[in-house]
Amino acid sequence: MGVGVKVEKLNAWYGKSQALYDITMQAQANHATALIGPSGCGKSTFVRCLNRMHETVPDARADGKVLVGDLSVYNGTTAVQIRRRIGMVFQKPNPFPTMSIYDNVAAGLKLNGFRDHHRLDEIVERSLKHAALWDEVKDTVRKKSGASLSGGQQQRLCIARALAVEPEVLLMDEPCSALDPISTGKIEELIFQLKEKYTIVIVTHNMQQASRVAEFTGFFLLGRLIEFDKTEKIFTTPSDKRTEDYITGRFG
Amino acid sequence: MRTRFQQGLDELRARLLRMGGLAEQAVDRACQAYIDRDLARCHAVLEGESQINVIEREIDELAFDLLALQQPIAVDLRFILAVTKINSDLERVGDQAVNIVERVMDMVELPKVELPVDIPRMAAAVSAMVRRSLESFIEGKAELAQAVLEMDNVVDRMRDEAFINLVKAMNENPAVTRQALDALLVARNLERVADHTTNIAEDVIFWVRGADVRHNASPEFPVTHEVPEVK
Repeated sequence: MGVGVKVEKLNAWYGKSQALYDITMQAQANHATALIGPSGCGKSTFVRCLNRMHETVPDARADGKVLVGDLSVYNGTTAVQIRRRIGMVFQKPNPFPTMSIYDNVAAGLKLNGFRDHHRLDEIVERSLKHAALWDEVKDTVRKKSGASLSGGQQQRLCIARALAVEPEVLLMDEPCSALDPISTGKIEELIFQLKEKYTIVIVTHNMQQASRVAEFTGFFLLGRLIEFDKTEKIFTTPSDKRTEDYITGRFG
Repeated sequence: MRTRFQQGLDELRARLLRMGGLAEQAVDRACQAYIDRDLARCHAVLEGESQINVIEREIDELAFDLLALQQPIAVDLRFILAVTKINSDLERVGDQAVNIVERVMDMVELPKVELPVDIPRMAAAVSAMVRRSLESFIEGKAELAQAVLEMDNVVDRMRDEAFINLVKAMNENPAVTRQALDALLVARNLERVADHTTNIAEDVIFWVRGADVRHNASPEFPVTHEVPEVK
């Protein structure tokens, strides 16, 4: 099952430049939360703070409180522990090009020393099924490389890879921006199904996508969370004029 | 702001204003036709109806295109939804004007009689409601729309009074039954026009504030800022 993500007064910097200001919000367990906002508003920085990827950038730092379930992300927990519980899918599908489909999915577990081949087979199959890719690759799962798949399939492979380590939260940073409408539709359908088991936080520039897949939406602007509410409220009657101006294309 | 989309919204607004002008004119002409027993005005209303119907379809087509091609959200979506609903109401206002002149055309065939009903007063109140509901749309002001809603009770009372007095007149003097029935139907048509103006006012409030105030409902999602930037 997914767990909720609770963020309180999260601030983030790149060197001296502050990228996030006092972000406080919650992503409810087993729901999808969309983050929208113009480029450079801090939404990607925000999700990268949730699994401590932000700190991998030189001179970048963050402070504040982030709870994933009961686990405190910035207090006494290692980044590896965090990333086992929070999977991430990026804008561009990034399968390991020299590995087979099977090895791509199994990579995270193998890195963690998992050697039970029978169990590994089960996990790979289950992860590919959860990512809605199994039926398309089951006959070539050990033969074909991850890079031989189409863009949409590669993205679902990356989702399967993230799911294999059994996270509770899945972060998606513009997962469909490089995909055609059919592949986008499949990923969106997948997000809908994945909510049963995982908590999803998705960054998107596509308003329609946010409104289609997420129960909650947050609008970021200049490093601040301007508005956070139920998705239908944000897209029909937002409370803040800046949200309305952005989503209706009056700026940004 | 997307230029093509803004042009579409402007066009939609302009056509609805044209539609509103025609519907308002139809009601005013129909009321004056009743007062003056004027067949020429009756024919003008009948001829104007086809024009209203044409614009109704144009507005629906344009709104449909904007929804399909531009995927509007928030205030823009509320605006387009409100326009399509106001469009229907204005078309029905035009129909009511036609119903009124049909009664007038029947009445002018009959001897003129004194009836205990003040149709001109009711017509003035209803015309004011039509005008104000359209003003609330033009200005994008929810307060103006609210004022229209409050006027509806006055017209309802006038209709009730007309009903009581005209039934009484028919009972007391059956010779005036046909004229009284015509007047009764005109009162009812006017009251229906008033109902359509309240629908228009509710749609303006929905557009501007995002609040659904129909059927005395308390709004679930009131918008805290005044919106319209549509010129």
